[in-house]
Amino acid sequence: MTAVTPLTTGRRPPAKGPGSRRAWTGWAFVGPFMAVFALVFLAPIAYSLYLSFFRDQLVGGTSFVGLDNFRRVLEDEQFWAAVGRVAVFLAVQVPVMLGLALLVALALDSGRLYGKSFFRISVFLPYAVPAVVATLMWGFIYGTRFGLVGNINDTFGVSLPDPLSPSLVLAGIGNIVTWEFIGYNMLIFYSALRVVPKALYEAAEIDGAGQWRVITAVKIPAIRGALVIATIFSVIGSFQLFNEPSILRSLAPNAITTYFTPNLYTFTLSFSGRQQNYAATVSLVMGVVTMIIAYAVQLRGMRKEA
Amino acid sequence: MGTPSYTDGPAGHRTPPARGVPRRRHFADRPRRSVLLTALMGLTALYALLPLAWLVINATKTQKSLLDSFGLWFSGDFALWDNITQTLTYDDGIFVRWFLNTLLYVVAGAGGATFLAVLGGYGLAKFDFPGKRAVFATVIGAVAVPATALAVPTFLMFSKAGLTDTPWAVVVPSLVSPFGLYLMWVFAAEAVPAELLEAARVDGSGELRTFFQVALPLLTPGIVTVLLFTMVQTWNNYFLPLIMLKDPDWYPLTLGLNAWNEQASTAGGHAVFNLVITGSLLTIVPLVAAFLLLQRYWRSGLAAGSVKG
Repeated sequence: MTAVTPLTTGRRPPAKGPGSRRAWTGWAFVGPFMAVFALVFLAPIAYSLYLSFFRDQLVGGTSFVGLDNFRRVLEDEQFWAAVGRVAVFLAVQVPVMLGLALLVALALDSGRLYGKSFFRISVFLPYAVPAVVATLMWGFIYGTRFGLVGNINDTFGVSLPDPLSPSLVLAGIGNIVTWEFIGYNMLIFYSALRVVPKALYEAAEIDGAGQWRVITAVKIPAIRGALVIATIFSVIGSFQLFNEPSILRSLAPNAITTYFTPNLYTFTLSFSGRQQNYAATVSLVMGVVTMIIAYAVQLRGMRKEA
Repeated sequence: MGTPSYTDGPAGHRTPPARGVPRRRHFADRPRRSVLLTALMGLTALYALLPLAWLVINATKTQKSLLDSFGLWFSGDFALWDNITQTLTYDDGIFVRWFLNTLLYVVAGAGGATFLAVLGGYGLAKFDFPGKRAVFATVIGAVAVPATALAVPTFLMFSKAGLTDTPWAVVVPSLVSPFGLYLMWVFAAEAVPAELLEAARVDGSGELRTFFQVALPLLTPGIVTVLLFTMVQTWNNYFLPLIMLKDPDWYPLTLGLNAWNEQASTAGGHAVFNLVITGSLLTIVPLVAAFLLLQRYWRSGLAAGSVKG
């Protein structure tokens, strides 16, 4: 980086006390990150914006079309159907996953479990499993012909609903994502719980608060920050749903369309449909929708704190 | 992303109790262990472990008994070793190649990402500099942009630069981990006392030397945490290589496994489900091992990071 010189001039007396030296020195440390960040985050976003104003035609080449692509997104039924699908997914899967993760974290933190470290590591392990492997595994398990669901049907003479059928496949994906991320969220909540001052619990108990009251009045408010962060990450994750549906597609091509989620749709548009300009526009709109929802979640989370 | 505390800088944070990682106090008189709670947790653990047990059990089966035996119990010949050999040698040992590719992407990508995040996080935590607020705002804002929104233009850019279908296309985008930067920044704010840095400066140590000799040792738990998270991300990465790579010789394990799985549904393709399952098992073993071995280090790093949210 260019800021190497200030590094050696660090001997000046601090201007504003320790730790707040207002100089360019900090850039020497942040610079390398920001340089790569500019290359792989900012430049593509800018390029996306540029692309969204053009259209590539078979005849006539690329032409400037202004806001036409954006107008087209607003009227695109496939796109909005995909957005609706991830919204449903979000409304059901995220509360279930975060609720379970919170319960597990509270149970671990309560000190009332036998074999605590076994539970902590076993609930966390699925996070180490790649989405591809998780989806392949669950895909096999879901199989009604020779998978576990099929086994159960044969053995007990029942007929469980097919998790890969069009009506259930979204729930099936929800289960995979929940399985993958309960442990990750649990860990975030659990770590936050561990640094809540224990004196707070004691004070609450002296005031006559029971276990449940300590949880609702002390523990959960104390880790609100972690809850908001986890919710925002999950919201962003839901809107970006891609791996699980795209891999399950080979098992359930009729249940999962090429525009099942917004991300699957942009992928199809740009790599099978060769509509890169329109795909860039769809992605941008989706990015804005995601940011608005994430921001709303954050505002809500913060308002409660006030 | 973007709670007010992100932009307030370290000074805006509530200070957690005296030490970053408080030791769990043991109360002899309470709380009483609960069998009911343990049983309920047992159900959750069962949910988490059952698919993994399924994977291990089915990696021991031949393709035939895989299809006609009960999924949650062993059946037929014990074919685990045979399956492993087949997985490693199938198609001229392409699995080994994928394994090495993954290793390359993880070492270069996750290693580089951690290095950049540590440098940047330390810089943000311990220096005040022009544009610092803009750095926060940009990084936090950009995280909400979907991966695919970046994927298409990144692919086009890399394609113009002639970098698609090379390891660069996978490694370079992996070098940036905003979550790692955030974690490291919060951790460094806490773990490296400003007085210690001042003392080093007064003694005439340059900033780089201070960083490597004074700060770095204190940052170790945070570094291990960030390294593990970036490792998981790169090891498990699927979407980025999917768009960037066409040549199977450069595939990571995730892409390779999916290719084997799809082989069954393509015309004239040969179903190799036993290899998909055994390969999946081999893919998760290194990460699971890393987590088990390093858990005491990364958990202390995460605890300091998460309270700040």
